[in-house]
Amino acid sequence: MNQNELKDIILKGLKQVAPNANVEELGMDENLRDALDIDSFDHLNFLIAIDEKLGVNIPEKDYGKLNTVAEVINYLNVRVA
Amino acid sequence: MTDFRMPSLGADMEDGTLVLWKIKPGDRVKRGDIIAEVETAKGVIEIEVFLDGLVDEIFVTPGSTVPVGAVMARICTDEELVIPVTPRRVDMEKLIHGSETAQAATAATQQLEAPLKSSPTGGGRISPLARKVAADLGVDLSTVMGTGPGGAIVRADIERAAQVKKAAEVKAEAPKPPEKPASVPEAVIQPEAKAPVEASKPAPPAEERKPAVDFQTAMRQAIAAAMSRSNRDIPHYYLETHIDMSKALHWLEEENLKRSIKERLLLAVVLLKATAKALIEVPELNGYWVDDHLQTSEAINIGFAISLRQGGLVTPAIHHVDLKSLDELREAVNDLITRTRAGHLRSSEMTDATITLTSLGDRGVEKVFGVIYPPQVALVGFGKVIEQAWVENGMIGIRQVLVASLAGDHRATDGHRGAIFLEALNRHLQEVEKL
Repeated sequence: MNQNELKDIILKGLKQVAPNANVEELGMDENLRDALDIDSFDHLNFLIAIDEKLGVNIPEKDYGKLNTVAEVINYLNVRVA
Repeated sequence: MTDFRMPSLGADMEDGTLVLWKIKPGDRVKRGDIIAEVETAKGVIEIEVFLDGLVDEIFVTPGSTVPVGAVMARICTDEELVIPVTPRRVDMEKLIHGSETAQAATAATQQLEAPLKSSPTGGGRISPLARKVAADLGVDLSTVMGTGPGGAIVRADIERAAQVKKAAEVKAEAPKPPEKPASVPEAVIQPEAKAPVEASKPAPPAEERKPAVDFQTAMRQAIAAAMSRSNRDIPHYYLETHIDMSKALHWLEEENLKRSIKERLLLAVVLLKATAKALIEVPELNGYWVDDHLQTSEAINIGFAISLRQGGLVTPAIHHVDLKSLDELREAVNDLITRTRAGHLRSSEMTDATITLTSLGDRGVEKVFGVIYPPQVALVGFGKVIEQAWVENGMIGIRQVLVASLAGDHRATDGHRGAIFLEALNRHLQEVEKL
């Protein structure tokens, strides 16, 4: 899976949890929680969406590594076959 | 027959717009069924019915804005159905145009119903003060929808009814006979009420006022009204305590490792349960201040503050938090947040909260100074968990610290009881595995 496909899945997941937010304009290095005003409930739902699409079960201790779209792509890149 | 009235879905609600009926005359309803959707400043709320029976008549058409307490439908209760009572033959014209006739008709019906009749909405409970105020203001108690505990009628309901009545009188002046008291329900009963609801009807007088306000503005006004009342009427006191969350968070992490991602527990769930358990120990924080008295509630229904993306805030109740397991609470919270944001809350969720919990930690806030939602008497606030230097037994360590705060109504409790509550809360969070 290439980076664009990953990014597409990530943005769709974000769109799902924050339907009113302008996900398209989100910068790669913007903090997701701040930029989209998502809370821990939304964040968990985002990770559930990722798990459903890619089968990557992200443990809680790694939440801190997932602050931006770029970070999420990097994190998933090494875990998705 | 029992009148189904426009419920009050919060201290700040004056009227609501019927979006749709989910029932029609002849339908059987069960207690808890959602029978209508009503649009309020807090979004579209699904309205539940509080008795078992058969829908007899529907009086309000979708699109109509009707005041709180106005009769929207009439339901024949199961007890009444057992006896083959011929439906009372009341000429609707008379019912609308002559209150005497209406009263006579009601009295006649009551005779039939008397032996079996369970009291109308809210169990017919009314506080002595409210009764007196009603007499002073000339409010007909049968037209008042109670918003107190268990649907009891309280002073605020009477005052609201008096205002609505006054407004209705002004609007309804021309076509009505002079002696008519223009009580609330009559103002919205339409002569054509027996016709099928789908038929488009001329608007009842009550709905002609009020230009369409956009949702944002309405929500802001609703919050403004409730919070102004809170700050005006409630002498708040504030307490805070720093809670070492290291153990709780460690437990939560271990627990979540065992769980699939879908079943992971959020910290909010743990905080809800710990709050409920602490409230068992200090019950006087859980309830309502009504007519100069504290009425504690046996049920611990925590209003959980949920922010809406488009702005604004709703605090729907999670029922019986103390009796739910963490997993049941997790499901309840998921369901509630999802429905709140999608705009599918139920009427009981809008009215049943006995205390409010607000957690602002997600946004980096360290401490909450809450404003109590009347008629509740307390609000519990949580900030963000922060790593802090922590001194214990003469040693300095680094701990994950959470500031819990309590805003209490000083009419109902004193700081001493509030302090005991926070202490209990702390204790339960140190024994999170027992929650």
